[in-house]
Amino acid sequence: MRSLLTSLGIIIGVSGVIVMSAIGEGSQELIKQEIDALGTNVIIVFPGAGRTGGVRHGAGSLNRFTFDDIEKIKREATLVKYVSPAVRSGGQIIAGENNWSCEVNGVSTDYFRIKNWPVEYGAHFTVHDVQTKRKVALLGKTVADKLFPDKDPTGEKIRIRNVPFTILGVLKEKGQIGMGQDQDDIVLAPSTTVLYRLKGGRYIDLINASARSADQLEEAEEEIRTILRESHRLDDGEDDDFTIQNQTEITEAVTETSKIMTLFLGTVASIALIVGGIGIMNIMLVSVTERTREIGIRLSVGARGSDILVQFLAEAVALSVTGGLFGILLSLAIVFGVNEFTEYSALIKIKMILISVVFSAAIGIIFGFFPARKAAGLNPIDALRHE
Amino acid sequence: MGNMVIETRRLTKSYQMGETIVHALRDVDFMVETEELIAVMGASGSGKSTLLNILGCLDKPSSGEYILEGKPVSELGKKEYAPFRNEKFGFVFQSFNLLPRTSALENVELPLVYDRAGRVGKPRRAAEEALRRVGLGDRMHHMPNQLSGGEQQRVAIARALVNNPAIILADEPTGNLDTSTSADVMTLFQELNRDGMTIIVVTHDPEIAECAKRIVLMRDGRIHGDNQVSA
Ligand SMILES: Nc1ncnc2c1ncn2[C@@H]1O[C@H](COP(=O)(O)OP(=O)(O)OP(=O)(O)O)[C@@H](O)[C@H]1O
Ligand SMILES: [Mg+2]
Repeated sequence: MRSLLTSLGIIIGVSGVIVMSAIGEGSQELIKQEIDALGTNVIIVFPGAGRTGGVRHGAGSLNRFTFDDIEKIKREATLVKYVSPAVRSGGQIIAGENNWSCEVNGVSTDYFRIKNWPVEYGAHFTVHDVQTKRKVALLGKTVADKLFPDKDPTGEKIRIRNVPFTILGVLKEKGQIGMGQDQDDIVLAPSTTVLYRLKGGRYIDLINASARSADQLEEAEEEIRTILRESHRLDDGEDDDFTIQNQTEITEAVTETSKIMTLFLGTVASIALIVGGIGIMNIMLVSVTERTREIGIRLSVGARGSDILVQFLAEAVALSVTGGLFGILLSLAIVFGVNEFTEYSALIKIKMILISVVFSAAIGIIFGFFPARKAAGLNPIDALRHE
Repeated sequence: MGNMVIETRRLTKSYQMGETIVHALRDVDFMVETEELIAVMGASGSGKSTLLNILGCLDKPSSGEYILEGKPVSELGKKEYAPFRNEKFGFVFQSFNLLPRTSALENVELPLVYDRAGRVGKPRRAAEEALRRVGLGDRMHHMPNQLSGGEQQRVAIARALVNNPAIILADEPTGNLDTSTSADVMTLFQELNRDGMTIIVVTHDPEIAECAKRIVLMRDGRIHGDNQVSA
């Protein structure tokens, strides 16, 4: 009974710490993946100055972006590694019997590199495809699943708003981002094709770019700003008529949340460890006090102090080890459950297993050891009279 | 008569109880020779248990000397007490003091577990033998709470004699027993004594005391009377 309680203390301590830290690690890993999914050192340029001041400028034709802007950035911005236009369109897509409505995004080949977006099947389109406005498309995972369930659609034909396209491949799954927006519910096609064959006009909606390195993000942003101000013929005193955001700004908020989460879980885990530790300590102390009579009996028939210590240590170690093992098993079960049945993900680190087991075992052993040593040093008769 | 096993000189035990000092033993001079069977009697609180505990090395005197088989016990280091308790004495407590949740057999075996000299070759066999000797051959695997008071006392006696000690110290071993079981216990002690053990029994019962060869009377922490019983 007593040993059950002791083990329970250890089990709770150990599994609490492991599970908490596993969830912490897991969510950090998840957030890291999300940030990676955004791309590497990404800079995004929106038309209009609006966002900062709250009032959005009417996006007149002059202050929108053209392919010339892209070319200019490519030529003149030395710190910008990749730059791609984004021409946003959308509509119904038909593939045989199936149809699906989603966004169709016109981009250049740099886009795949900015976004770190490889293909699952087939291949990306090429610079030549963009130059020749070929009617080819890449499907996001979600779209591919809807239109071509259980099959590789590479080479198949689809119609986007009645314009026929050939499928070049399927993009790797990126998952959801932020508020559940599905990044895979999209079709990518050459920017020129989307602009001239689907959308019409001469303006592109967004510019996606990436800096050569994270350190040069700000400077690269400055280069883009200078180039765009020039092409939009803005005077020195005038405000930008576009907005530049970089990845740092986008991810800062996310990282902040993740830090708070980790801190919170760390605190909860420490509390679990301390509570477990106090439990173990308590039970050990009570156990030795309760068993002082037993110690008296053993001493009176000739046990040495060291015999008593060895016995209590062995018991404490046995309890800690079994408790620790069950704690690990329990936490494995919980972590499995979390991964399987909830949207959180948990990741067990060996380090945490070691820390929690060593900590609980140490507490069990220390608090089993000292009172036992005290009791073993008593006159047998005092130990026997103990109540 | 045999050799001197126990000799105390001005043995004193006092307890500080707040302002007052309680004297449990005052200047006790007590000698025991081998193969004696002694009954210690006296009113409650006269110091019988205190004396027995000190003789059995379970407690330490406040002052005075205790010489056991020629060796001054007070000069023993802490570690030397354990083998003394283990090899020289068998102690029977009034309140049995058996380990709970531990079978009769394992209780009796306990002193042998701590016998580093390994004087008894087969502990399990010896424990069974001791239990048979006290008439509990058919109760070996009972737990203490499955045994009657008399049976528990006999388990305690088996534990006291299992390591074949020179001296058995019994503190009111018959205090919880009826007359006929008490007589059985005393007969057992007489047998053991005949086999060569020195036995000291604390008792309130004059009939029990009469089975002894010598009766020591205590009063207020002193030895008040000391008589050989004529056979
Ligand atoms: N731990 C102690 N602290 C204080 N006084 C004690 C302690 N142990 C014994 N005494 C006192 O010492 C005296 C002798 O006690 P002891 O137990 O030796 O008596 P006893 O002769 O065995 O009595 P009884 O026949 O009732 O068992 C008593 O007055 C008792 O109150
Ligand atoms: Mg007494």
